[in-house]
Amino acid sequence: MISLGELLTLSAILFAIAVAGIFLNRKNLILLLMCVELLLLAANFNFVAFSRHLGDIDGQVFVFFVLTVAAAESAIGLAILVVLFRERRSINVDDLTQMKG
Amino acid sequence: MLVTILFYTFATILVAAALGMIVARNPVHSALALVLCFVTSAAIWLLIEAEFLAVVLVLVYVGAVMVLFLFVVMMLDINFEELRSGFTRYAWLGWLTALAVIVEIVGVVTARTLGVDVTKGAKPMPPGYSNTQELGRVLYTDFVYPFELAAILLLVAIVAAIALTTRQRAGLKAQDVARQVAVKREDRVRIVKMEPERRE
Repeated sequence: MISLGELLTLSAILFAIAVAGIFLNRKNLILLLMCVELLLLAANFNFVAFSRHLGDIDGQVFVFFVLTVAAAESAIGLAILVVLFRERRSINVDDLTQMKG
Repeated sequence: MLVTILFYTFATILVAAALGMIVARNPVHSALALVLCFVTSAAIWLLIEAEFLAVVLVLVYVGAVMVLFLFVVMMLDINFEELRSGFTRYAWLGWLTALAVIVEIVGVVTARTLGVDVTKGAKPMPPGYSNTQELGRVLYTDFVYPFELAAILLLVAIVAAIALTTRQRAGLKAQDVARQVAVKREDRVRIVKMEPERRE
């Protein structure tokens, strides 16, 4: 039987790897989006683990909604990326200085 | 016992694939490693009896989102070598943050004051229990308004993605609905008067 601690530790490791990935690939917009997907997956792991452990199905419903929002997010994110590439011929995060952020 | 062995096998593959994703030189390899991450996660969710979400993860993520990512990576002509310059400059900061996150979360998990016993696993579901049925029952009763909101969100996402990426350019054979509706009879029909032909 898989204990709750093992699942939470696995999700913590996944989350940490995704955070490290954001630091490593900080120039590549596509890799940043992929790392966000991995972060969401790690969070979903926690929801599913606690939902099963506490015997409450609501946690899995929440994962369902997180998946929906993540799908919408990546679709719009990639659309913005395509438009950006058409305008600037680059997806380097360092080049995105138009808004002086 | 078998479940534990399977869990550790899948967990190892998952962590290795995640590491491969963040250090891969080629973004296509990154995307494929992320696909492997999602598939092994789905396998682990099957092991802890969240079957519906496991299937949804494979269908939605592997089948749709990652294919979209691969399309974008392959379609755009991006100079990835330039994006990798300075790859290791902040790597120490990244690994330090990662270590801090792991230490913090493991500290929370192993704390005695959490109120749940983390060393125990969930009890197996009784035979005949349907995860999909149970999830559907909750989704269409207690969560019916959030469910419809999610549907609207997806519709807005579709419209936004299409509106962002369509473009007008010269020579494109596109339909102009306003002009089609505004057309008059005089613009299209020409009445020709001609002599009747005579048979000899």
